[in-house]
Amino acid sequence: MSTPPVIVTQALNKRFGTVEVLKGIDFAARDGEVVSILGASGSGKSTFLRCLNLLEVPTSGRLHLLGEEVRLRTGGPVDRRQVDRLRAQVAMVFQNFCLWSHMTVLENLMEAPLHVQRRSKAEVRAEAEALLERVGLTARAGAYPAQLSGGQQQRAAIARALMMKPRVLLFDEPTSALDPELVGEVLKVMRDLADEGRTMLIVTHEMAFARDVSSRILFLDKGVIAAEGTPDRLFGGAVSERFDQFISRFVHH
Amino acid sequence: MDWAFLLETTRQLLSGVPLALQLAVLSLGAGMVLAVGIHAAAVSGIAPLRWIAAAHVDLFRGTPLLVQIFFIYYGLGQVPAIRDSALWPFLREPYWCAVLALALNTSAYTAEIIRGALAAVPPGEVEAARACGMSGLLLRRRIVWPIALRHGLPVYGSEAILMVKATSLTSIITLTEVTGIAHKLISSTYRVVEIFVAAGAIYLAMTFALTLALSLAERRLGAHLSHRRS
Repeated sequence: MSTPPVIVTQALNKRFGTVEVLKGIDFAARDGEVVSILGASGSGKSTFLRCLNLLEVPTSGRLHLLGEEVRLRTGGPVDRRQVDRLRAQVAMVFQNFCLWSHMTVLENLMEAPLHVQRRSKAEVRAEAEALLERVGLTARAGAYPAQLSGGQQQRAAIARALMMKPRVLLFDEPTSALDPELVGEVLKVMRDLADEGRTMLIVTHEMAFARDVSSRILFLDKGVIAAEGTPDRLFGGAVSERFDQFISRFVHH
Repeated sequence: MDWAFLLETTRQLLSGVPLALQLAVLSLGAGMVLAVGIHAAAVSGIAPLRWIAAAHVDLFRGTPLLVQIFFIYYGLGQVPAIRDSALWPFLREPYWCAVLALALNTSAYTAEIIRGALAAVPPGEVEAARACGMSGLLLRRRIVWPIALRHGLPVYGSEAILMVKATSLTSIITLTEVTGIAHKLISSTYRVVEIFVAAGAIYLAMTFALTLALSLAERRLGAHLSHRRS
């Protein structure tokens, strides 16, 4: 009945020099789960997310993606071909959008499916146009990233991630670089994705959104999982004093 | 103003344009090849290669081009090993000495332009490409190099213009490009102003054509750059 986990970490540890950012994270996400990862800045939440598609290589511990153990070597590079293959399945949306500045929006969407997945151009183009329509950017298909608002860029970046037909979507503070009035349009797209049953891991500071959309909350504090559970349980209080303290900073006034 | 003389002078000076352009194109081409090698050495894991690259850049950016031309034309012939080598048939020709000096000089600047252009590629865009499963040559060919090209092209354009003008220095080692012809005409007519006005106009026309070509290339490659917000 329960589907196998798509992401599993065991005693995941990440150290930058002498600073231990992640101190043994044990975590599993199942197909269709929406997990919000909360925590103060410096808690390790972004580093944890970046470890999940190997933008950071864990110092020690084990990582399984899509049922496959990622071959990690201490200090050295991991198996590049395995990493490239898995990364295409575990798409990432960045805080600063990171669209490729020398390509139009449409070209951004088509780039990886054409050159990494080597799919046919006609198929990729049709899919890109459908996705642009879905995120409301059909009219801006020929625009360059610098000509778009932050909200438009982030919606395009989400569409770019979806083009890979990923099994998991990772979001690294997707609304933190946006002007307040542009946050809503990006959250709406993300909410739609959650509603259609996509597996998502979201590092965010949008507490109301996390509470509303997530099936599970992960609260990181100083590199460890300090609290974990359904939004109702965690936001209901009396589970973790640290979590309650953290939340109280977002809700006053 | 003696228009007939100016016209005749211009006609004679124009006969030096092919040589000037040849020197510029050859030295820019060879300089680019050298620069790619120097940049590769500068970022290699082998320390002595990095030292050689740094020394090359410091030496050729830190001394005047005219001194480099003199050194190669007059200096190399003083070394018996070079006079006896297979390169001597080339190195005794002022033409090849000029090409060599110009190429070495521009390679130092071009290596720095390459370094700056690559450093200007936003790390986030490279990371986004990695996150999509790109790596190695694909990542460079599709993302890193195209972005670097757009950053480097305007600067390289200036370097190319400098090189076109620098060909005038080769007149000092007997090459009869535009400035060399101008010198000869002056020593026979003593009409300095008309001759240098004509020579200046010819250089202006050459660099203007280059500027035009560059801005066309920039517009084709980087429509977005002019709209950049941040």
